[in-house]
Amino acid sequence: MERKKFIRNSLALLAPTMISGNPIHILQDHPLLNTELLGTSSTDKVLVIIQLSGGNDGLNTVVPLSNYNNYYNARNNIALPEKKILKLTGNNATGIHPSMTAFQKLFLDGKLNIVQSVGYPQPSFSHFRATDIWMSGSSSDQYLNTGWAGRYLNYQYPGYPDAYPNSDHPDPIAIQIGSLASLTCQGPAVNMALSISDPSSFYNLIEGTDAVVSNTNAGYELSFLRSIAKQTNQYTVRIKKASDSVKQQVTYPNNSLAAQLKIVARLIKGGLGTKVYMVNYGGFDTHSGQVVLTDTTTGAHANLLKGLSDSVAAFQSDLSGLEIEDRVIGMTYSEFGRRIKSNASVGTDHGSAAPLFLFGKNVRGGIFGDNPTIPPTATSNDNIPYQFDFRSIYNTILQNWFCVSQVAEIEILLKQFPIMPLINASVCGANNKNSIFSKESLIYNYPNPFSNLTKIEFKTQGGHTILQLLNGAGIVVKLLVDTTYNFAGTNSYNLYGAGLSTGVYYIRMQNGDKIFVKAIIKI
Amino acid sequence: MPLTPQTSALGLTTYKGSWLPQQTKHLLNRTLFGAKATDIKYFLDKGVIASVDELLNVQSSTIPPPLNEYNSTTFTDPNVPIGKTWINDISTDGTINSYRRSSYKKWLVSVWAGQERTIREKLTLFWSNHFGTEADAIVYGSMTYHHHQILRNNCVGNFKQMVRAVTSDPGMLRYLNGYLSTKTAPDENYGRELQELFTVGKDGGAKYSEDDVKNAAKVLTGWKIDANFNPVFDSNRHDTTNKTFSAFYNNTTITGKTSTNGALETDELLTMIFQKSEVAKFICRKIYRYFVYYAIDDVVETNIITPLANAFIANNFEIKPVLKLLLSSEHFYDTLYIGCQIKSPTDHVITFLRQFEIVFPDAITDYSDSYFLYNNMVTQLISMGQNPVDPPNVSGWPAYYQAPDYNELWINADTLPKRNKFTDLMLEIGYTKNGKKIIANTIQFAKTACPNPSDPNALIESFFSFLVSTDISTSLKSNLKTQILLTGQASDYYWTDAWNNYITNPTTINFNIVNTRLKTLLKYIMNLPDYQLQ
Repeated sequence: MERKKFIRNSLALLAPTMISGNPIHILQDHPLLNTELLGTSSTDKVLVIIQLSGGNDGLNTVVPLSNYNNYYNARNNIALPEKKILKLTGNNATGIHPSMTAFQKLFLDGKLNIVQSVGYPQPSFSHFRATDIWMSGSSSDQYLNTGWAGRYLNYQYPGYPDAYPNSDHPDPIAIQIGSLASLTCQGPAVNMALSISDPSSFYNLIEGTDAVVSNTNAGYELSFLRSIAKQTNQYTVRIKKASDSVKQQVTYPNNSLAAQLKIVARLIKGGLGTKVYMVNYGGFDTHSGQVVLTDTTTGAHANLLKGLSDSVAAFQSDLSGLEIEDRVIGMTYSEFGRRIKSNASVGTDHGSAAPLFLFGKNVRGGIFGDNPTIPPTATSNDNIPYQFDFRSIYNTILQNWFCVSQVAEIEILLKQFPIMPLINASVCGANNKNSIFSKESLIYNYPNPFSNLTKIEFKTQGGHTILQLLNGAGIVVKLLVDTTYNFAGTNSYNLYGAGLSTGVYYIRMQNGDKIFVKAIIKI
Repeated sequence: MPLTPQTSALGLTTYKGSWLPQQTKHLLNRTLFGAKATDIKYFLDKGVIASVDELLNVQSSTIPPPLNEYNSTTFTDPNVPIGKTWINDISTDGTINSYRRSSYKKWLVSVWAGQERTIREKLTLFWSNHFGTEADAIVYGSMTYHHHQILRNNCVGNFKQMVRAVTSDPGMLRYLNGYLSTKTAPDENYGRELQELFTVGKDGGAKYSEDDVKNAAKVLTGWKIDANFNPVFDSNRHDTTNKTFSAFYNNTTITGKTSTNGALETDELLTMIFQKSEVAKFICRKIYRYFVYYAIDDVVETNIITPLANAFIANNFEIKPVLKLLLSSEHFYDTLYIGCQIKSPTDHVITFLRQFEIVFPDAITDYSDSYFLYNNMVTQLISMGQNPVDPPNVSGWPAYYQAPDYNELWINADTLPKRNKFTDLMLEIGYTKNGKKIIANTIQFAKTACPNPSDPNALIESFFSFLVSTDISTSLKSNLKTQILLTGQASDYYWTDAWNNYITNPTTINFNIVNTRLKTLLKYIMNLPDYQLQ
């Protein structure tokens, strides 16, 4: 970074009048500068966000093998045969969908994180609201007009867009491909993302072809207006140049996600300084026909998961071949998971928490969190309680990938969320916030099942500790403890059964970086 | 792709084709600042003849005049109390007048945004551009007001009388130095522009000579402005010699006259000029370019301009019959011309305010906040290149006359993003003054534009047919539906559900769910180059 700045500054000294005349144009066309600008640097880190639109069925994506019988009972018409479920090296308790062989390999290579049961309190079952929550990084009862990545980018690039592009930042700071500018990158003033909404418009841009107009005077004037509109996109030249500079890429599978990721790899390699890329893969709203009844390992959902896994693997291999693997991590998310129990139309309805993938050379690799608990006889209202707040993932990315300070974290995520050990400590060096992830059981209750009263004992390491009671639908119904303890040790809480209907509940504990979820039963 | 603008061979025969929203909107786009949903509905029932008649049925303006809304802790108008009009106050003070000119511009935006269903304001803008005075150069706010009132009150009236009124209008006398012109030192400025820009023009047939300019200047000597800002004819300053014009004017001689009779020479001069058929043709071409399209070839000249000019002359230069012929002609409604006009900045800004029915604080009772907010619109217009009543020079705005680009001159790499930012801003945050906010109400707009906004297909169709005049591909429409209204989902039900949820239970969260998506959709549509056409 320092070296680049120095070269830019010296150029500015050499040709001050030219610079003041039209800085961007001159800078981007200067051959010396271009090599520098288009060179890669290990500090130019990139996040690729893959949105799986529609609500991905987490239970058929990452399957709790340790709890296979309950899993099968809850959804026998769509359940995957135990033997076909792909095993993950070093993990007997958890497997993945048979179509995701590429992810199995990625996991083996240590380039895939599986984070279990990601969600948030009071989950929304509406696509719209849930998508807005994920994109804005808000709580369920909070409405934010800005996106989490938008707030981060606004912190990183204050004053955008007035002074942009400029010589330090000649490129779009975020790019959304395959859909329109989403809430994710909405900053306080403007959307921080350049949106390439229509992939064909992107190809038109790259190839320099024009869209068709009608043979009228309106068509004539429209072609004029379009030519001006193209000029006004100050990033056009940079994007085209970056894209043109990459000649060799691996073969990608033939699906829309792969096409988008292929563009992303090309732009990163081509030298764009863009921080965040967002791509979209739709069709996960599998209310019916999720699987083929005669072979539940096939069908709509299997195709989507294969598409996801093959595309990400191709992307990862492309990044490796292009020698930019160090700079890129990716994250998948879906607005919600699906219900534990399947429905009669061979599908699943809207649910709550679900697994999330992080991939890249610099993720730590492995499974984080426990298999979700599945009741022996799941009802149609049962949902998976969340273990990890999705904002913990965001926070981890901000602090351990983009190396954002803790102060900024509050500004961006509006409150603190525990950091998870998902990213290699070497990335942010001394600033790394990785913490120890404990598998130790932190909660004990007696009696269980209970009727009138159960005594909950919980082990805190001291500091801020919260204990939440979630119902079977994964919704936080009561905040039991929200206290800062001066000392480590075991504390207790008496939970009375009065006012609680019978059924499965979950106690979720969050103590600093430690999270633990335990199922209890009210009878 | 067509390489050149095309022309239609259709003539002035009354249009007999179907009267659908497309034709209705086309007529309104050209005669109003954009078409509101209620306007389209209103004229759709009337058919072409009744619609054109009603739009041309301009009543004299009863709009309350602009006010002193500018007194502040740092400035007080010594002559006019706050909240009272300044239009009849005589002041030559530079500071006072700069406040009044600014007040006039804000007021003008309020008049545009609140326009009635007549051609008056669109046509007044045409005449303001035709007689391209600059408020900044006239300096005195009251003169600017009265100058434009002449145009406003005569906009569909008699063109010859309008030229006569403008010729001795104090605003014009100041602007083109007529009030300084004397027999010893005649100023040729008005004598030239009267012919070159206001009547005969400089197209091929206009062959007046430099001597004609000098002689016209002599005829016009004697006009000046008195201390009360009234025009007076001072015969002592008038050139009483005979003025003989060139062969172009059939060697007409205007006999020099003394005393107050000297002013009669002005009428004789106009009579002579208006005998040239070039006047009618020049004005008709300009009208054609303003209301239809800029391309005029031999076919249009023969089929439209010549018969239109003949009608102008036959009607003794009454403007209304000419507009009626043109606006109800089959030529005007040829699909070749639908949506082919690039909006002027005024069209762009005022159309937005009208289509979204933006409510400003009352300009009479709440003038301070009202004018403040209208000023934001003036600022926008200036940034987009059309400073109201301040064209770059006497020729008006180049986009209305400069071949070969004409209205394409409004659009460049600077102004196009500004237009997009304006619509984004009005949808996203609007403007606020003392807690009063002007901002687009997307939900109201959806209800106005679409009979069934819970159906995402109907909503997208309505938005496009209402906001855009070009054909939009079905794939774009379906992309927008899926990506924005359905947030990536496959089933239309999700939008329907969200909309119905909001209607039955208008909580903040339900409102935001619908509003965010409508805003995104509208911003997208308004950022399309297609939105710049009308």
